[in-house]
Amino acid sequence: MMRGNLQLSLGNFTLDSGYFELPLSGITVLFGRSGSGKTTLLRAISGLDINTRGQLKVNDEIWQQGRHHLPPQARHIGFVFQEAALFPHLTVRQNLLYGLKRLPKTCPVVIDFTDIVQRTNLGAHLDRNIHFLSGGERQRVAIARALLMHPKLLCMDEPLSALDWRAKHELLTLLEELIAAYHIPTLYITHSPKEVERLADRIIFMRDGHIETIETLPQALTRPDSPLFDEQGAVSVLFGHPQPFDLGLQPVRIGEDTLWLSDILLTHLPSVRIRILARDVSLARSDPRDLSIINHLKTTILELIPQGDYRLLVRLQLKDGQHLFSEITRQSAERLNLHPTQPIYALIKSVAVTA
Amino acid sequence: MLEIFGNPIDLAPIWLTLEVASLTTLILILLGTPLAWKMAHMSSHHKIILEALVALPLVLPPTVLGFYLLIILNPTGPLTEFLRWFGFTGQLTFSKTGLIIGSVFYSLPFTIQPLMHAFEAIPQRLLQAAATLRASPLDYFFTLVIPLSSRGFLVAATLTFAHTVGEFGVVLMVGGNIPGETRMVSIDIFDHVEALEYAQAHILSAMMLTFSLLVLTLVYGINRRFGVKIG
Repeated sequence: MMRGNLQLSLGNFTLDSGYFELPLSGITVLFGRSGSGKTTLLRAISGLDINTRGQLKVNDEIWQQGRHHLPPQARHIGFVFQEAALFPHLTVRQNLLYGLKRLPKTCPVVIDFTDIVQRTNLGAHLDRNIHFLSGGERQRVAIARALLMHPKLLCMDEPLSALDWRAKHELLTLLEELIAAYHIPTLYITHSPKEVERLADRIIFMRDGHIETIETLPQALTRPDSPLFDEQGAVSVLFGHPQPFDLGLQPVRIGEDTLWLSDILLTHLPSVRIRILARDVSLARSDPRDLSIINHLKTTILELIPQGDYRLLVRLQLKDGQHLFSEITRQSAERLNLHPTQPIYALIKSVAVTA
Repeated sequence: MLEIFGNPIDLAPIWLTLEVASLTTLILILLGTPLAWKMAHMSSHHKIILEALVALPLVLPPTVLGFYLLIILNPTGPLTEFLRWFGFTGQLTFSKTGLIIGSVFYSLPFTIQPLMHAFEAIPQRLLQAAATLRASPLDYFFTLVIPLSSRGFLVAATLTFAHTVGEFGVVLMVGGNIPGETRMVSIDIFDHVEALEYAQAHILSAMMLTFSLLVLTLVYGINRRFGVKIG
């Protein structure tokens, strides 16, 4: 458990987090617009700024008490910066070993060096100079270097933002697997709703230098006005289990239902998240047979939420209890005579569904 | 004594010059490194004053610097008196010690400026990354800062050495011109010219010229980025 209330002034920006409590497990995303104080809060938590004031307690260890401050090298954290921050005069191997060599002898080395090198696919680069690595490779070294310390807390400040979309995609999958494999509590900064929906167990929403709320991902996605919804509108995230690739499609089991995706999943994890835009979900009162759309899910309407511009957000419940949003026009809703508790088919094109 | 083209050249000033320049460089690197590090991480407010102080020898006539040093270091002055408490018996002025103290002040900017620029060029996040990898500040100073600013150190040491070799005014004021004791090459040349021994002056001057040109070529070759603004 992490409990704290931190203040930090930088120029004309002031962080005043307010009291917060955070379970130390899974991935907690710090989310907010630029200038909302995400990075400042993360630096205050990790002890990188000596001007931090306030209280911070992690489990039973005091990290910050007023002006008194446990230095970052004593906090046992890992930190991955936006730009990899590798040491340019050292090889990949020396970068990876820098922290490992400084672990106290009493500290059991839980993460095996070869295991992490293999997972991050760095084996062929170990003796190379870091100048010859691509952006994605550098960030993999930075992540491996932080993980090798087996930190109590892994802090990541927009680790993907400097990468191109392909590297981003690969690294996101890698991150999911690594964090699941090593069970390292992670604080992750991003302003991309996609990354939040993919990674977050819970979200710290930040605004104007303070913490607005801390919510789990399902809680955050329940609100029709969730800050996670951008110009593409409402989004649903479904949790499912990928099945073997079949007929050129990727099946994912969601309770009794199967959702078919047009892209093969890269992940080796037993559980995945499927992201569906509300406007990609159409509704039908009966199960249409003669239709190119493959995914027909039988659902129940929970509520109809009026939106602006003659639109409605329909909250649906799948057979296994998960919620799905559908965005339709008010006219369609009237034509279909929709009302809560009514059974309805949700139609989703396979290409509209991404993991 | 060495004979070049039939002209006797006294080697003592050359050895003395090399000795003073080496010791000055050593002392300045040892003292200048923490100072430059501190300055590289100061708020610009305090830094301006220190930067100005450090740069003073660049613009001040060496005689002014020499004059003040003479006042401070003189045998009845406070510093000598203070040292007497610790059993010091010699004198600071007109001795090798005085020469070195004078040179340390005179060449200070040539150590501090390249070091400070080298330190400033190291991204802050590398040091923070080191801290999260359990390195203490002293640890990462030796394992990151020094290797990453090695060119800055090389430039600082070379320029400091060369500049000390080339000093004249401060040396003359503080050290005087005692043959075999405080007579350095630059003063030796002056003496030869005074005595109309142009051959010896030519030989020594040519040596200095070649040496300085070599050093500067080396420094600019190492890296223009960490160079001091000589002007």
